[in-house]
Amino acid sequence: MSKHMNLTIKVWRQKNVQDKGGFKTYKADNIADDMSFLEMLDVVNEGLTKKGEDPIHFDHDCREGICGMCSLYINGRPHGPKTAITTCQLHMRSFNDGETITIEPWRSGAFPVIKDLAVDRTAFDRIQQAGGYVSVNTGGIPDANEIPVPKPIADEAFNSATCIGCGACVAACKNGSAMLFVSAKISQMALLPQGQQERYQRAQAMVNQMDTEGFGSCTNTGACEVECPKEISLTNIARMNREYFTAKFFKEEEMH
Amino acid sequence: MGNFKSTFSSTLGKKLIMALTGLFLCTFLIVHLVGNLQIFSHDGGKAFNEYSYFMTHFPPIKIISYLLYASIIIHAVYALILTLHNQKARPVKYAVYEGGKNASWSSRNMGILGTVLLIFIVTHMANFWFKYHNDMVPFVEYRTSLQTGETTVKEIPASEFRDFVKYVDNGVEIVRAKDLYQQVSYAFQNVWLVILYVVAMAAMGFHLYHGFWSAFQTFGWDHKKYMPIVSFLGVWVFAVLIPLGFAAMPLYVYFTK
Ligand code: SF4
Ligand code: FES
Repeated sequence: MSKHMNLTIKVWRQKNVQDKGGFKTYKADNIADDMSFLEMLDVVNEGLTKKGEDPIHFDHDCREGICGMCSLYINGRPHGPKTAITTCQLHMRSFNDGETITIEPWRSGAFPVIKDLAVDRTAFDRIQQAGGYVSVNTGGIPDANEIPVPKPIADEAFNSATCIGCGACVAACKNGSAMLFVSAKISQMALLPQGQQERYQRAQAMVNQMDTEGFGSCTNTGACEVECPKEISLTNIARMNREYFTAKFFKEEEMH
Repeated sequence: MGNFKSTFSSTLGKKLIMALTGLFLCTFLIVHLVGNLQIFSHDGGKAFNEYSYFMTHFPPIKIISYLLYASIIIHAVYALILTLHNQKARPVKYAVYEGGKNASWSSRNMGILGTVLLIFIVTHMANFWFKYHNDMVPFVEYRTSLQTGETTVKEIPASEFRDFVKYVDNGVEIVRAKDLYQQVSYAFQNVWLVILYVVAMAAMGFHLYHGFWSAFQTFGWDHKKYMPIVSFLGVWVFAVLIPLGFAAMPLYVYFTK
Protein backbone atom coordinates (compact mmCIF):
# COMPACT_ATOMS: atom_id res chain seq x y z
CA MET A 1 0.00 0.00 0.00
CA SER A 2 1.31 3.37 -0.80
CA LYS A 3 1.18 6.17 1.70
CA HIS A 4 -0.73 9.34 0.93
CA MET A 5 0.20 12.88 1.79
CA ASN A 6 -1.10 16.42 1.67
CA LEU A 7 1.18 19.05 0.26
CA THR A 8 1.25 22.75 -0.47
CA ILE A 9 2.83 23.83 -3.72
CA LYS A 10 4.05 27.33 -4.54
CA VAL A 11 4.09 27.53 -8.31
CA TRP A 12 5.38 30.19 -10.68
CA ARG A 13 2.51 31.34 -12.89
CA GLN A 14 3.17 33.53 -15.90
CA LYS A 15 0.78 34.05 -18.80
CA ASN A 16 3.39 34.62 -21.50
CA VAL A 17 6.84 36.10 -22.16
CA GLN A 18 5.66 39.66 -21.60
CA ASP A 19 3.80 38.93 -18.37
CA LYS A 20 5.67 39.66 -15.17
CA GLY A 21 4.42 36.52 -13.44
CA GLY A 22 4.35 35.58 -9.79
CA PHE A 23 3.90 32.75 -7.34
CA LYS A 24 0.56 31.12 -6.62
CA THR A 25 -0.11 28.63 -3.86
CA TYR A 26 -2.15 25.46 -4.34
CA LYS A 27 -3.09 22.46 -2.25
CA ALA A 28 -2.05 19.04 -3.50
CA ASP A 29 -4.10 16.69 -1.38
CA ASN A 30 -4.16 12.93 -1.19
CA ILE A 31 -0.97 12.42 -3.20
CA ALA A 32 0.32 8.83 -3.28
CA ASP A 33 4.02 8.59 -2.48
CA ASP A 34 4.69 6.37 -5.49
CA MET A 35 3.43 8.99 -7.91
CA SER A 36 6.03 10.84 -9.93
CA PHE A 37 6.40 14.56 -9.44
CA LEU A 38 4.71 15.17 -12.78
CA GLU A 39 1.79 12.95 -11.83
CA MET A 40 1.36 15.03 -8.71
CA LEU A 41 1.10 18.08 -10.96
CA ASP A 42 -1.39 16.18 -13.15
CA VAL A 43 -3.59 15.66 -10.10
CA VAL A 44 -3.41 19.35 -9.21
CA ASN A 45 -4.18 20.28 -12.83
CA GLU A 46 -7.20 18.00 -12.90
CA GLY A 47 -8.57 19.85 -9.90
CA LEU A 48 -7.86 23.21 -11.53
CA THR A 49 -9.52 22.15 -14.78
CA LYS A 50 -12.62 20.97 -12.95
CA LYS A 51 -12.83 24.33 -11.23
CA GLY A 52 -12.55 26.01 -14.63
CA GLU A 53 -9.11 27.47 -13.87
CA ASP A 54 -6.14 27.48 -16.22
CA PRO A 55 -4.00 24.38 -15.53
CA ILE A 56 -0.30 24.77 -14.73
CA HIS A 57 1.82 24.49 -17.86
CA PHE A 58 4.92 22.36 -17.61
CA ASP A 59 7.03 20.49 -20.15
CA HIS A 60 7.15 16.72 -20.39
CA ASP A 61 7.18 14.01 -23.00
CA CYS A 62 8.65 10.55 -22.46
CA ARG A 63 8.22 10.49 -18.67
CA GLU A 64 10.97 7.90 -18.43
CA GLY A 65 14.07 10.06 -18.19
CA ILE A 66 15.28 9.88 -21.77
CA CYS A 67 13.87 12.80 -23.74
CA GLY A 68 15.05 15.76 -21.66
CA MET A 69 11.77 17.59 -22.01
CA CYS A 70 10.73 17.82 -18.35
CA SER A 71 12.36 20.57 -16.31
CA LEU A 72 11.25 22.33 -13.07
CA TYR A 73 13.40 23.98 -10.43
CA ILE A 74 12.14 22.32 -7.25
CA ASN A 75 12.98 23.67 -3.79
CA GLY A 76 16.09 25.43 -5.05
CA ARG A 77 17.45 22.65 -7.24
CA PRO A 78 16.87 21.58 -10.86
CA HIS A 79 14.96 18.28 -11.09
CA GLY A 80 14.48 18.36 -7.32
CA PRO A 81 16.44 16.99 -4.40
CA LYS A 82 17.77 13.75 -5.93
CA THR A 83 20.81 13.44 -8.17
CA ALA A 84 21.15 11.71 -11.54
CA ILE A 85 17.42 11.76 -12.32
CA THR A 86 15.01 13.93 -14.26
CA THR A 87 11.83 15.36 -12.76
CA CYS A 88 9.70 12.66 -14.35
CA GLN A 89 11.76 10.10 -12.44
CA LEU A 90 11.38 11.92 -9.14
CA HIS A 91 8.90 10.26 -6.82
CA MET A 92 6.75 11.89 -4.21
CA ARG A 93 8.28 9.68 -1.54
CA SER A 94 11.20 12.13 -1.64
CA PHE A 95 8.89 14.63 0.08
CA ASN A 96 7.14 14.67 3.44
CA ASP A 97 3.51 15.02 4.36
CA GLY A 98 2.62 18.65 5.02
CA GLU A 99 5.64 20.00 3.13
CA THR A 100 5.56 23.17 1.04
CA ILE A 101 7.28 22.73 -2.32
CA THR A 102 8.41 25.72 -4.38
CA ILE A 103 8.40 25.13 -8.13
CA GLU A 104 10.07 27.58 -10.52
CA PRO A 105 10.93 27.46 -14.21
CA TRP A 106 14.57 27.25 -15.41
CA ARG A 107 15.88 30.79 -14.94
CA SER A 108 18.01 31.92 -17.86
CA GLY A 109 17.86 34.89 -20.18
CA ALA A 110 18.42 32.46 -23.04
CA PHE A 111 15.45 30.31 -21.95
CA PRO A 112 12.49 32.72 -21.98
CA VAL A 113 9.36 31.52 -20.18
CA ILE A 114 6.68 30.43 -22.66
CA LYS A 115 4.03 29.96 -20.00
CA ASP A 116 4.20 29.14 -16.28
CA LEU A 117 6.91 26.52 -15.89
CA ALA A 118 7.54 25.86 -19.57
CA VAL A 119 10.61 27.58 -21.03
CA ASP A 120 11.81 27.93 -24.59
CA ARG A 121 15.00 25.90 -25.02
CA THR A 122 15.46 26.37 -28.76
CA ALA A 123 18.72 28.17 -27.95
CA PHE A 124 20.12 24.66 -27.48
CA ASP A 125 18.84 23.64 -30.91
CA ARG A 126 20.57 26.60 -32.51
CA ILE A 127 23.85 25.67 -30.80
CA GLN A 128 23.48 22.13 -32.12
CA GLN A 129 22.71 23.39 -35.62
CA ALA A 130 25.82 25.57 -35.54
CA GLY A 131 28.15 22.57 -35.40
CA GLY A 132 26.74 19.52 -33.69
CA TYR A 133 26.76 17.32 -36.77
CA VAL A 134 29.07 15.15 -38.87
CA SER A 135 29.38 14.96 -42.63
CA VAL A 136 28.43 11.62 -44.13
CA ASN A 137 29.02 10.69 -47.75
CA THR A 138 26.20 9.37 -49.82
CA GLY A 139 26.71 6.13 -51.71
CA GLY A 140 26.98 2.53 -50.69
CA ILE A 141 26.47 1.72 -47.02
CA PRO A 142 29.83 1.18 -45.32
CA ASP A 143 30.31 -1.79 -43.04
CA ALA A 144 29.30 -0.93 -39.48
CA ASN A 145 32.61 -1.92 -37.91
CA GLU A 146 34.83 -0.58 -40.65
CA ILE A 147 36.43 2.11 -38.45
CA PRO A 148 37.94 0.71 -35.26
CA VAL A 149 37.50 2.83 -32.12
CA PRO A 150 39.34 1.93 -28.91
CA LYS A 151 36.91 0.82 -26.20
CA PRO A 152 37.80 3.53 -23.58
CA ILE A 153 37.35 6.24 -26.22
CA ALA A 154 34.07 4.75 -27.39
CA ASP A 155 32.87 4.65 -23.77
CA GLU A 156 33.89 8.22 -23.13
CA ALA A 157 32.16 9.42 -26.30
CA PHE A 158 29.09 7.44 -25.31
CA ASN A 159 29.05 9.05 -21.86
CA SER A 160 29.11 12.48 -23.45
CA ALA A 161 26.43 11.46 -25.91
CA THR A 162 24.01 10.59 -23.11
CA CYS A 163 23.27 14.31 -22.62
CA ILE A 164 19.56 14.74 -23.20
CA GLY A 165 19.67 18.51 -23.62
CA CYS A 166 17.41 19.17 -20.66
CA GLY A 167 19.11 22.39 -19.61
CA ALA A 168 19.42 21.50 -15.93
CA CYS A 169 23.10 22.49 -16.15
CA VAL A 170 22.12 26.02 -17.14
CA ALA A 171 19.43 26.12 -14.46
CA ALA A 172 21.83 24.93 -11.75
CA CYS A 173 24.74 27.19 -12.67
CA LYS A 174 24.96 30.39 -10.67
CA ASN A 175 26.29 32.00 -13.85
CA GLY A 176 23.61 30.59 -16.13
CA SER A 177 26.32 28.96 -18.20
CA ALA A 178 25.55 26.32 -20.82
CA MET A 179 29.07 24.95 -20.99
CA LEU A 180 28.26 21.47 -19.72
CA PHE A 181 25.72 20.95 -22.47
CA VAL A 182 27.88 22.47 -25.21
CA SER A 183 30.96 20.58 -24.07
CA ALA A 184 29.11 17.26 -24.05
CA LYS A 185 27.95 17.86 -27.61
CA ILE A 186 31.43 18.93 -28.75
CA SER A 187 33.05 16.00 -26.94
CA GLN A 188 30.90 13.23 -28.29
CA MET A 189 32.05 14.07 -31.80
CA ALA A 190 35.59 15.27 -31.12
CA LEU A 191 36.38 11.88 -29.60
CA LEU A 192 35.26 9.76 -32.52
CA PRO A 193 36.87 9.34 -35.95
CA GLN A 194 33.62 10.31 -37.67
CA GLY A 195 33.74 13.71 -36.03
CA GLN A 196 37.22 14.73 -37.17
CA GLN A 197 36.31 16.56 -40.40
CA GLU A 198 34.54 19.40 -38.65
CA ARG A 199 36.38 19.05 -35.35
CA TYR A 200 37.90 22.52 -34.92
CA GLN A 201 35.30 24.33 -36.93
CA ARG A 202 32.66 22.73 -34.71
CA ALA A 203 34.26 23.85 -31.43
CA GLN A 204 34.45 27.44 -32.63
CA ALA A 205 31.00 27.55 -34.18
CA MET A 206 29.23 26.04 -31.17
CA VAL A 207 31.02 28.21 -28.61
CA ASN A 208 30.28 31.20 -30.78
CA GLN A 209 26.57 30.36 -30.91
CA MET A 210 26.54 29.72 -27.15
CA ASP A 211 27.88 33.24 -26.60
CA THR A 212 25.44 34.72 -29.08
CA GLU A 213 22.53 33.16 -27.18
CA GLY A 214 23.69 35.06 -24.09
CA PHE A 215 24.56 32.20 -21.77
CA GLY A 216 26.86 33.00 -18.85
CA SER A 217 30.51 32.16 -18.44
CA CYS A 218 31.60 29.13 -16.43
CA THR A 219 33.48 29.61 -13.16
CA ASN A 220 34.03 25.90 -12.58
CA THR A 221 31.74 25.64 -9.57
CA GLY A 222 30.75 22.14 -10.68
CA ALA A 223 27.06 22.64 -9.85
CA CYS A 224 26.10 21.44 -13.36
CA GLU A 225 27.92 18.16 -12.95
CA VAL A 226 26.13 17.49 -9.66
CA GLU A 227 22.69 18.31 -11.04
CA CYS A 228 22.98 16.74 -14.49
CA PRO A 229 20.52 13.83 -14.72
CA LYS A 230 22.95 12.01 -17.00
CA GLU A 231 26.05 12.70 -14.87
CA ILE A 232 27.93 14.47 -17.64
CA SER A 233 31.27 15.36 -16.04
CA LEU A 234 33.34 18.56 -15.90
CA THR A 235 36.01 16.77 -17.92
CA ASN A 236 33.86 17.60 -20.91
CA ILE A 237 34.23 21.32 -20.22
CA ALA A 238 38.00 20.97 -19.98
CA ARG A 239 37.92 19.13 -23.29
CA MET A 240 35.82 21.85 -24.89
CA ASN A 241 38.29 24.49 -23.69
CA ARG A 242 41.13 22.46 -25.18
CA GLU A 243 39.29 22.03 -28.47
CA TYR A 244 38.42 25.70 -28.65
CA PHE A 245 41.83 27.08 -27.77
CA THR A 246 43.57 24.60 -30.05
CA ALA A 247 41.24 25.69 -32.83
CA LYS A 248 41.73 29.38 -32.15
CA PHE A 249 45.48 29.42 -31.61
CA PHE A 250 46.72 26.69 -33.91
CA LYS A 251 44.04 25.53 -36.33
CA GLU A 252 42.26 28.68 -37.38
CA GLU A 253 42.86 27.95 -41.07
CA GLU A 254 40.44 25.06 -40.72
CA MET A 255 37.62 27.43 -39.87
CA HIS A 256 35.67 28.62 -42.87
CA MET B 1 44.95 40.40 -34.78
CA GLY B 2 41.22 40.17 -35.43
CA ASN B 3 41.39 36.50 -34.56
CA PHE B 4 42.96 37.19 -31.20
CA LYS B 5 40.42 39.86 -30.50
CA SER B 6 37.53 37.53 -31.19
CA THR B 7 39.19 34.77 -29.17
CA PHE B 8 39.69 36.89 -26.09
CA SER B 9 36.29 38.49 -26.28
CA SER B 10 34.52 35.12 -26.20
CA THR B 11 33.40 33.77 -22.83
CA LEU B 12 36.12 31.13 -23.06
CA GLY B 13 38.76 33.69 -23.94
CA LYS B 14 37.88 35.88 -20.98
CA LYS B 15 38.13 32.86 -18.73
CA LEU B 16 41.56 32.17 -20.22
CA ILE B 17 42.67 35.67 -19.25
CA MET B 18 41.43 35.09 -15.70
CA ALA B 19 43.30 31.80 -15.51
CA LEU B 20 46.56 33.15 -16.97
CA THR B 21 46.72 36.22 -14.73
CA GLY B 22 45.56 34.22 -11.72
CA LEU B 23 48.24 31.57 -12.10
CA PHE B 24 50.89 34.22 -12.65
CA LEU B 25 49.87 35.82 -9.38
CA CYS B 26 50.11 32.39 -7.73
CA THR B 27 53.73 31.97 -8.80
CA PHE B 28 54.50 35.42 -7.44
CA LEU B 29 53.15 34.36 -4.05
CA ILE B 30 55.87 31.73 -3.76
CA VAL B 31 58.63 34.24 -4.48
CA HIS B 32 57.12 36.84 -2.17
CA LEU B 33 56.73 34.37 0.68
CA VAL B 34 60.22 32.94 0.41
CA GLY B 35 61.77 36.41 0.31
CA ASN B 36 59.73 37.68 3.20
CA LEU B 37 60.81 34.81 5.41
CA GLN B 38 63.83 37.01 6.15
CA ILE B 39 61.60 38.90 8.54
CA PHE B 40 62.20 36.02 10.89
CA SER B 41 66.02 36.33 10.83
CA HIS B 42 67.52 37.98 13.89
CA ASP B 43 69.78 40.55 12.28
CA GLY B 44 68.00 43.83 12.93
CA GLY B 45 66.40 43.56 9.50
CA LYS B 46 69.65 43.67 7.54
CA ALA B 47 68.88 40.74 5.24
CA PHE B 48 65.30 41.93 4.79
CA ASN B 49 66.32 45.48 3.87
CA GLU B 50 68.99 44.31 1.44
CA TYR B 51 66.44 42.02 -0.13
CA SER B 52 63.89 44.81 -0.52
CA TYR B 53 66.51 46.97 -2.22
CA PHE B 54 67.31 44.11 -4.59
CA MET B 55 63.65 43.47 -5.38
CA THR B 56 63.00 47.10 -6.23
CA HIS B 57 66.14 47.73 -8.26
CA PHE B 58 67.16 44.60 -10.16
CA PRO B 59 65.88 45.31 -13.72
CA PRO B 60 64.39 41.87 -14.60
CA ILE B 61 62.50 41.86 -11.33
CA LYS B 62 61.28 45.38 -12.00
CA ILE B 63 59.85 44.25 -15.33
CA ILE B 64 58.13 41.31 -13.66
CA SER B 65 56.73 43.58 -11.01
CA TYR B 66 55.08 45.73 -13.67
CA LEU B 67 53.60 42.59 -15.20
CA LEU B 68 52.35 41.79 -11.76
CA TYR B 69 50.59 45.09 -11.24
CA ALA B 70 49.04 44.69 -14.67
CA SER B 71 47.90 41.17 -13.81
CA ILE B 72 46.19 42.30 -10.65
CA ILE B 73 44.31 45.00 -12.52
CA ILE B 74 43.40 42.78 -15.49
CA HIS B 75 42.30 39.95 -13.20
CA ALA B 76 40.03 42.29 -11.26
CA VAL B 77 38.63 44.07 -14.33
CA TYR B 78 37.85 40.83 -16.16
CA ALA B 79 36.28 39.40 -13.03
CA LEU B 80 33.97 42.40 -13.00
CA ILE B 81 33.16 42.12 -16.71
CA LEU B 82 32.41 38.40 -16.39
CA THR B 83 30.32 38.86 -13.24
CA LEU B 84 28.18 41.51 -14.92
CA HIS B 85 27.82 39.31 -17.99
CA ASN B 86 26.80 36.35 -15.84
CA GLN B 87 24.24 38.38 -13.96
CA LYS B 88 22.71 39.38 -17.25
CA ALA B 89 22.50 35.71 -18.21
CA ARG B 90 19.93 35.24 -15.42
CA PRO B 91 17.75 38.35 -15.36
CA VAL B 92 15.11 36.81 -13.07
CA LYS B 93 16.60 35.25 -9.95
CA TYR B 94 15.34 32.15 -8.18
CA ALA B 95 13.12 32.58 -5.14
CA VAL B 96 14.60 29.49 -3.52
CA TYR B 97 18.24 28.74 -4.25
CA GLU B 98 20.17 25.88 -2.65
CA GLY B 99 23.63 26.67 -4.00
CA GLY B 100 25.33 24.87 -1.15
CA LYS B 101 23.83 21.56 -2.26
CA ASN B 102 25.79 21.37 -5.47
CA ALA B 103 28.86 23.60 -5.27
CA SER B 104 31.52 24.53 -2.71
CA TRP B 105 31.29 27.77 -0.78
CA SER B 106 34.61 29.01 -2.18
CA SER B 107 33.56 28.45 -5.77
CA ARG B 108 30.35 30.44 -5.24
CA ASN B 109 32.04 33.37 -3.51
CA MET B 110 35.13 34.07 -5.59
CA GLY B 111 33.98 37.63 -6.21
CA ILE B 112 33.60 38.50 -2.53
CA LEU B 113 36.88 36.80 -1.67
CA GLY B 114 38.57 38.61 -4.52
CA THR B 115 37.21 41.96 -3.36
CA VAL B 116 38.63 41.38 0.12
CA LEU B 117 41.96 40.58 -1.50
CA LEU B 118 41.86 43.70 -3.65
CA ILE B 119 41.20 45.89 -0.61
CA PHE B 120 44.03 44.13 1.13
CA ILE B 121 46.44 44.63 -1.76
CA VAL B 122 45.68 48.35 -1.88
CA THR B 123 46.27 48.76 1.88
CA HIS B 124 49.34 46.59 1.71
CA MET B 125 50.88 48.60 -1.09
CA ALA B 126 49.97 51.91 0.53
CA ASN B 127 51.66 50.84 3.74
CA PHE B 128 54.86 49.46 2.33
CA TRP B 129 55.30 49.84 -1.40
CA PHE B 130 54.19 53.47 -1.54
CA LYS B 131 56.07 54.55 1.58
CA TYR B 132 59.20 52.74 0.46
CA HIS B 133 59.18 54.36 -2.96
CA ASN B 134 58.51 57.81 -1.56
CA ASP B 135 61.15 57.82 1.14
CA MET B 136 58.55 57.73 3.88
CA VAL B 137 60.39 55.06 5.81
CA PRO B 138 63.27 55.45 8.29
CA PHE B 139 66.88 54.90 7.23
CA VAL B 140 69.38 52.63 8.84
CA GLU B 141 73.07 51.89 8.90
CA TYR B 142 74.53 48.48 9.65
CA ARG B 143 78.19 48.13 10.59
CA THR B 144 79.41 44.57 10.63
CA SER B 145 82.91 43.76 11.77
CA LEU B 146 84.31 41.21 9.37
CA GLN B 147 86.48 39.72 12.12
CA THR B 148 83.91 39.18 14.85
CA GLY B 149 80.81 39.16 12.66
CA GLU B 150 79.12 41.50 15.09
CA THR B 151 76.63 43.97 13.70
CA THR B 152 75.66 47.30 15.14
CA VAL B 153 72.46 48.92 13.93
CA LYS B 154 72.01 52.67 13.89
CA GLU B 155 69.08 54.73 12.74
CA ILE B 156 70.31 57.58 10.51
CA PRO B 157 68.53 60.84 9.70
CA ALA B 158 67.13 61.31 6.21
CA SER B 159 69.68 64.08 5.56
CA GLU B 160 72.53 61.62 5.84
CA PHE B 161 70.99 59.08 3.50
CA ARG B 162 71.71 59.35 -0.21
CA ASP B 163 71.18 55.91 -1.69
CA PHE B 164 71.58 52.29 -0.83
CA VAL B 165 75.28 51.54 -0.27
CA LYS B 166 77.20 48.44 0.69
CA TYR B 167 80.99 48.62 1.03
CA VAL B 168 83.85 47.48 3.21
CA ASP B 169 85.96 50.02 5.01
CA ASN B 170 88.77 49.04 7.35
CA GLY B 171 87.47 45.54 7.95
CA VAL B 172 83.98 46.80 8.59
CA GLU B 173 81.14 46.16 6.22
CA ILE B 174 78.84 49.13 6.02
CA VAL B 175 75.31 48.93 4.66
CA ARG B 176 73.02 51.91 4.45
CA ALA B 177 69.45 51.19 3.45
CA LYS B 178 65.88 52.24 3.66
CA ASP B 179 64.60 50.60 6.79
CA LEU B 180 61.53 48.80 5.51
CA TYR B 181 61.99 46.35 8.31
CA GLN B 182 61.39 49.10 10.84
CA GLN B 183 58.34 50.19 8.91
CA VAL B 184 57.00 46.63 9.04
CA SER B 185 57.62 46.39 12.78
CA TYR B 186 55.95 49.72 13.26
CA ALA B 187 52.91 48.99 11.08
CA PHE B 188 52.16 45.69 12.75
CA GLN B 189 51.87 47.30 16.17
CA ASN B 190 48.41 48.20 14.99
CA VAL B 191 46.17 45.34 15.97
CA TRP B 192 43.54 46.25 13.34
CA LEU B 193 46.07 45.99 10.57
CA VAL B 194 47.16 42.61 11.92
CA ILE B 195 43.55 41.47 11.91
CA LEU B 196 43.06 42.73 8.35
CA TYR B 197 46.12 40.77 7.25
CA VAL B 198 45.00 37.57 8.91
CA VAL B 199 41.47 37.88 7.49
CA ALA B 200 42.85 38.66 4.04
CA MET B 201 45.06 35.61 4.16
CA ALA B 202 42.08 33.45 5.11
CA ALA B 203 40.27 34.93 2.11
CA MET B 204 43.27 34.14 -0.05
CA GLY B 205 43.21 30.55 1.18
CA PHE B 206 39.59 30.13 0.14
CA HIS B 207 40.15 32.02 -3.13
CA LEU B 208 42.98 29.70 -4.13
CA TYR B 209 41.22 26.60 -2.82
CA HIS B 210 38.97 27.03 -5.84
CA GLY B 211 41.13 29.25 -8.04
CA PHE B 212 44.32 27.26 -8.49
CA TRP B 213 42.62 24.09 -9.66
CA SER B 214 40.14 26.13 -11.64
CA ALA B 215 42.85 27.72 -13.80
CA PHE B 216 44.00 24.30 -14.97
CA GLN B 217 40.44 23.28 -15.76
CA THR B 218 40.05 26.45 -17.83
CA PHE B 219 43.23 25.75 -19.80
CA GLY B 220 41.73 22.36 -20.52
CA TRP B 221 44.65 20.69 -18.76
CA ASP B 222 42.79 18.00 -17.00
CA HIS B 223 44.09 14.50 -16.95
CA LYS B 224 43.14 11.60 -14.74
CA LYS B 225 46.76 11.14 -13.68
CA TYR B 226 47.82 14.73 -13.12
CA MET B 227 44.67 16.46 -11.91
CA PRO B 228 44.99 14.92 -8.40
CA ILE B 229 48.47 16.44 -8.15
CA VAL B 230 47.15 19.84 -9.22
CA SER B 231 44.31 19.59 -6.70
CA PHE B 232 46.71 18.56 -3.98
CA LEU B 233 49.01 21.53 -4.67
CA GLY B 234 46.01 23.86 -4.87
CA VAL B 235 44.68 22.80 -1.51
CA TRP B 236 47.75 22.13 0.60
CA VAL B 237 50.31 24.52 -0.84
CA PHE B 238 48.24 27.42 -2.14
CA ALA B 239 45.19 27.33 0.12
CA VAL B 240 46.90 26.29 3.35
CA LEU B 241 50.68 26.58 3.50
CA ILE B 242 51.21 29.90 1.73
CA PRO B 243 48.40 31.82 3.49
CA LEU B 244 49.59 30.43 6.83
CA GLY B 245 53.14 31.54 6.08
CA PHE B 246 52.03 35.06 5.24
CA ALA B 247 49.66 35.33 8.19
CA ALA B 248 52.45 34.26 10.53
CA MET B 249 54.44 37.43 9.70
CA PRO B 250 52.18 40.14 11.14
CA LEU B 251 51.37 37.86 14.07
CA TYR B 252 55.05 37.27 14.75
CA VAL B 253 55.85 40.96 14.62
CA TYR B 254 52.87 41.91 16.75
CA PHE B 255 53.63 39.43 19.49
CA THR B 256 57.42 39.75 19.60
CA LYS B 257 58.09 43.44 19.05
S1 SF4 C 1 24.66 18.25 -19.76
FE1 SF4 C 1 23.26 17.18 -18.38
S2 SF4 C 1 22.10 18.83 -17.45
FE2 SF4 C 1 23.06 19.71 -19.23
S3 SF4 C 1 21.58 19.50 -20.89
FE3 SF4 C 1 22.87 17.67 -20.95
S4 SF4 C 1 21.81 16.16 -19.72
FE4 SF4 C 1 20.90 18.13 -19.19
S1 FES D 1 9.74 13.71 -19.64
FE1 FES D 1 11.32 12.87 -20.86
S2 FES D 1 13.00 13.06 -19.54
FE2 FES D 1 11.39 13.66 -18.23
